[in-house]
Amino acid sequence: MGERVLTVEDLRVDIPVAAGMLHPVQGVTFHVDRGETVCIVGESGCGKSLTALAIMDLLPRSAKRTAMRLELQDQTLDGVAEARMADIRGNRMAMIFQEPMTSLNPAYTIGNQLEEAILRHKPVSRKDARKRAVHLLGRVGITAAEQRLRQYPHQLSGGLRQRVMIAMALMCGPALIVADEPTTALDVTIQAQILHLLAELQREFHMGLVLITHDLGIVARIATRVVVMYAGEVVETGPVDEIFRAPRHPYTQGLLACIPVPGKTRRGERLGVIPGMVPSLVGEMPYCHFASRCPIVIDECRAAPVPLTSEGGRGRRVRCIRAADVAAGALQAAGTAA
Amino acid sequence: MSAAKTSAAMLEASDVTRTFMVSQGFMRGKRPLHAVNGISMTVREGEVVALVGESGCGKTTLARILLGLLPPTSGSIRVGGQPITGLARHEVAKLVQPVFQDPYSSLNPRKSIGSIVALPLKVQGGVEGRETRRRVEEMMELVGLARRLYDNYPNQLSGGQRQRVAIARALVNRPRIVICDEPTSALDVSVQSQILNLLQDLRRELGLTYLLISHNLAVVEHMADRVAVMYLGRIVEQADTDTLFRAPKHPYTEALLRSVLTPEPGLGIPDTHLGAAYPNPLNMPTGCRFHPRCPKRFAPCDSVAPKPLGDGGTFVECHLYDPQVAQAAA
Ligand SMILES: Nc1ncnc2c1ncn2[C@@H]1O[C@H](COP(=O)(O)OP(=O)(O)OP(=O)(O)O)[C@@H](O)[C@H]1O
Ligand SMILES: Nc1ncnc2c1ncn2[C@@H]1O[C@H](COP(=O)(O)OP(=O)(O)OP(=O)(O)O)[C@@H](O)[C@H]1O
Ligand SMILES: [Mg+2]
Ligand SMILES: [Mg+2]
Repeated sequence: MGERVLTVEDLRVDIPVAAGMLHPVQGVTFHVDRGETVCIVGESGCGKSLTALAIMDLLPRSAKRTAMRLELQDQTLDGVAEARMADIRGNRMAMIFQEPMTSLNPAYTIGNQLEEAILRHKPVSRKDARKRAVHLLGRVGITAAEQRLRQYPHQLSGGLRQRVMIAMALMCGPALIVADEPTTALDVTIQAQILHLLAELQREFHMGLVLITHDLGIVARIATRVVVMYAGEVVETGPVDEIFRAPRHPYTQGLLACIPVPGKTRRGERLGVIPGMVPSLVGEMPYCHFASRCPIVIDECRAAPVPLTSEGGRGRRVRCIRAADVAAGALQAAGTAA
Repeated sequence: MSAAKTSAAMLEASDVTRTFMVSQGFMRGKRPLHAVNGISMTVREGEVVALVGESGCGKTTLARILLGLLPPTSGSIRVGGQPITGLARHEVAKLVQPVFQDPYSSLNPRKSIGSIVALPLKVQGGVEGRETRRRVEEMMELVGLARRLYDNYPNQLSGGQRQRVAIARALVNRPRIVICDEPTSALDVSVQSQILNLLQDLRRELGLTYLLISHNLAVVEHMADRVAVMYLGRIVEQADTDTLFRAPKHPYTEALLRSVLTPEPGLGIPDTHLGAAYPNPLNMPTGCRFHPRCPKRFAPCDSVAPKPLGDGGTFVECHLYDPQVAQAAA
């Protein structure tokens, strides 16, 4: 480990919408070292994808991005001209999307697109580009790679297309890969195969990996560290084993109580729920974003913004003034979380 | 549910097949796609039977056949003890109703919540306006939707609320059986748990029978009494939930269970031990249709199709468990 690959500090995204100014990402802070997998989890709409797009500088035109620090290795990504960004993207950092068809061009062969991915950035011959494409297709478990290169995206199954996307992301040997729900559209055996592969390649190439998902099973199995987001903010972050063993934010604890776990939750028994709805992110909300749904909310929670504070060692940080009470079982006492 | 073993059969499929003719492209003619290929199953009153299996293995096609929305190519269906061919469309709808996967696209965006939920009553006829409203409101309350949402439209609702609308619509004329096709897979885990709790409550309160289709094996384990595992158009294993999860027999069932990512840090991503040869329903493998991916295949698997071994309720379709085949191969 050691070398810092990605530094994100106080990242914000603002988007003007009909109802006013939307703040979908509000001060997100995390970092990724080489060889680490950082998982971002949280409810639909909490800002996971926009965080990824902000890092890659692929936000919609109307969106405005600001950050205290946004660095890839030792290079800032803030205020970098698009021409320069285009050189970094796909080269030193690459993104894998949920639906591979959104990033594969239906009009070109797989081979053509894989080769272009490296020819655009590196001074290599087409022959060497092809060699690397064949090699990487083999690495992602695609047999008869030479023939696959001549196929078009629509001729491949969803699982195969996602493998092609992973190979494409690896073409330039990036330091960082950002994968947004890379297996959500696939079924479980293929999901396991793809994740297994991703974890293996990540170790082998010693990359930093940011993986976005709302599947807590994936997080538990693949993450080094976890970033839990709620309503645009990071509410808790830390090493994966600590987050699952002793969640300190009421939202994280609620989330873990919602999922059935074979052997742990009893058949037919009620699962935990988080009553209420996510607040609107239009306009300012200068207090705890989870207050309206929190079973242990107190007046102070609504008095001022809650900072993300360090909790013990190992980089554990929590955004809750009652974190110590949560750790001591306050939610169970309130009779909510299972 | 041991009681279920003796209770009446609510849904029965006997040797059902469904073939689609699909075009191969310009000037290439059509080829048969065997989406459902000889399925027999029984769902008894009060039971929750889950149907699991790879994407494209024919789960939704079977569900549509059981709902009377799609005629089988061959085989027969009985609903509530009667042959489906002898029942009118609205009579089938009174017995069995669907809840589909995507609460975003399965609701008509131009209809109010009230009229969406009321639709099955209107189709069925014979219920007057005021009575309709009363029954719709009663059902909305039962599934946890505020009455004030009666005149709202689907785009004003969250995903969880929309799925509640779909459930209310399915239940409004009090069917006996509900077929849930991926009822929570488009939803967040915090919404999923609400919907699963709701389905459990409704089952108890209304004495419902469920056929539950899901990719999420943790959900299946939580909800189902019995599980049927499908692969390329056939049920390859069926057993009660505890037996199936504790001692899976078919190598595909084993791979499925191995693929479940329980939220336990430190266990890593499992190796499925499966080959990467994705099944193509237009080009069915010979013999056992799972053999190209099977880590345990042996001599007869690529030439001889396995037969179901066991009784109607608990069986596996795999040569490994056929003493005659194993002996012949040895
Ligand atoms: N181009 C856009 N214009 C306006 N609002 C947007 C735009 N893109 C996203 N949003 C809003 O920003 C918020 C965060 O969106 P984002 O896509 O980051 O969510 P997410 O956490 O990735 O959710 P999911 O799990 O559903 O993918 C949401 O409320 C979304 O509706
Ligand atoms: N109307 C149709 N015409 C042609 N082929 C069809 C039709 N409906 C389904 N199929 C094919 O039949 C097979 C089974 O499809 P089905 O939708 O039943 O699968 P499934 O098990 O529900 O998959 P998933 O888990 O992805 O929902 C697939 O190969 C599908 O492409
Ligand atoms: Mg997203
Ligand atoms: Mg389906």
